[in-house]
Amino acid sequence: MSDIKITIIDREGEAHHVEAPTDMNMNLMEVVRMHELAPEGTIGICGGMAMCASCQCYILSHEHLLPEKSYEEEDMLDQAFFVEDNSRLGCQIPIISELEGLEVKLAPEST
Amino acid sequence: MIKTDILIIGAGPTGLFAVFEAGLLKLKCHLIDALPIPGGQCAEIYPKKPIYDIPGFPEVLAGDLVDNLMEQIKPFSPGFTLGDRAETLDKLEDGTFLVTTSRGVKHNAPVVVIAGGLGSFEPRKPPIPSIANFEDKGVSYIIRDPEVYRDKSVVIAGGGDSALDWSIFLSNIAKEVSLVHRRRDFRGALDSVEKVEELSKIGKINLITDAEVVDLKGDDHLDAVVIRHKGNAAEEEVKLTDHFIPLFGLSPKLGPIGDWGLEIEKNAIKVDNTYDYQTNIPGVYAIGDVNTYPGKLKLILCGFHEAAIMCQSAYQRINPDKKYVMKYTTVSGVSGFDGSKKEAKREVVKSIN
Repeated sequence: MSDIKITIIDREGEAHHVEAPTDMNMNLMEVVRMHELAPEGTIGICGGMAMCASCQCYILSHEHLLPEKSYEEEDMLDQAFFVEDNSRLGCQIPIISELEGLEVKLAPEST
Repeated sequence: MIKTDILIIGAGPTGLFAVFEAGLLKLKCHLIDALPIPGGQCAEIYPKKPIYDIPGFPEVLAGDLVDNLMEQIKPFSPGFTLGDRAETLDKLEDGTFLVTTSRGVKHNAPVVVIAGGLGSFEPRKPPIPSIANFEDKGVSYIIRDPEVYRDKSVVIAGGGDSALDWSIFLSNIAKEVSLVHRRRDFRGALDSVEKVEELSKIGKINLITDAEVVDLKGDDHLDAVVIRHKGNAAEEEVKLTDHFIPLFGLSPKLGPIGDWGLEIEKNAIKVDNTYDYQTNIPGVYAIGDVNTYPGKLKLILCGFHEAAIMCQSAYQRINPDKKYVMKYTTVSGVSGFDGSKKEAKREVVKSIN
């Protein structure tokens, strides 16, 4: 077991302090789904291929420790709404031990 | 009125394979899908992505899987109502169902199968507060009839293929075409990007990059859009236009199915997984990603399995007096409704003297 603790602020503004495993090849979008912090069907629609922006979130800490955006992620964020400078797609952020204490906020659901 | 044995809502892989399983039982199918082409998510979101967990296919592109399924069900001549969304479900006096689409096409069948995945794909609407007031009054999210834009001024927003392609197309019809995009980079086919660049240089497309439409103006009808440059509120311009067409892709919504009186849990339809994937409305089944039950896995292969099981139950519902004995395709082959017949070659028995 190697879990890290991260804080996820849901779309209603409520902060959740949750555990995220680093040894299960998980990404941030999957952690949000695992803890059911956004209704099914409103997050991870494409399954994690960076082909929708339903897992967009704002990174509030550890930004320098995240992997660079891939072309696909850049591209998708480019099509998304409510994009800020700290926007990332949760599905492109692998859960690694360095992210202990990470804080993120889910972007609004785009309709 | 379209009449069929099994009416399938959703033409993704699960809905398509249900046609095959139904066909083996001599049941005819008709499919309704909001997208203009069959394939569902595989066609709309990731046609070029390889899938590795379809049994028997070490690797198959989502688009190829759809093509293969279409080939596999061809003998059973399914009907299609495409580019149209199933809107209402009514139970008739004779126990059959009437499903009406948003364009008013009526479908009648004794069995309805919802294979709707995550729902119907609908255009994504940009978060401009007043946008709903201008829908069909200058704002549209899809282009049905390009002639509407003849000699008009049009503002298109978006950076993907459809924004590029429609800008090119409308540049020959409209009086003025402006393409507004948040970045300088466009994603889309290279030749479309180059064509837009070329048309912009000769003044046929007014290319506005690093910009975003943030507000709409007009009384009864759209008169102008407010374009913000470089995300800076101080750099806003009011641009007069007759039409605004935001093209930001599609996203799936459960939509009207959610109001059909079906038991919904976590944005999915609850079904009886111990038996036949029937919903709380007898005669209405839900298979594939749209359903939920304890242990549900949203995998294409699970949708295929559910389709086969569902068809047995649908057969009993349609033919209450008959007892169906399952036959293997290796034994009985596949007899299409189109007269085609596929079967294994017979072994030749010949003695050698």
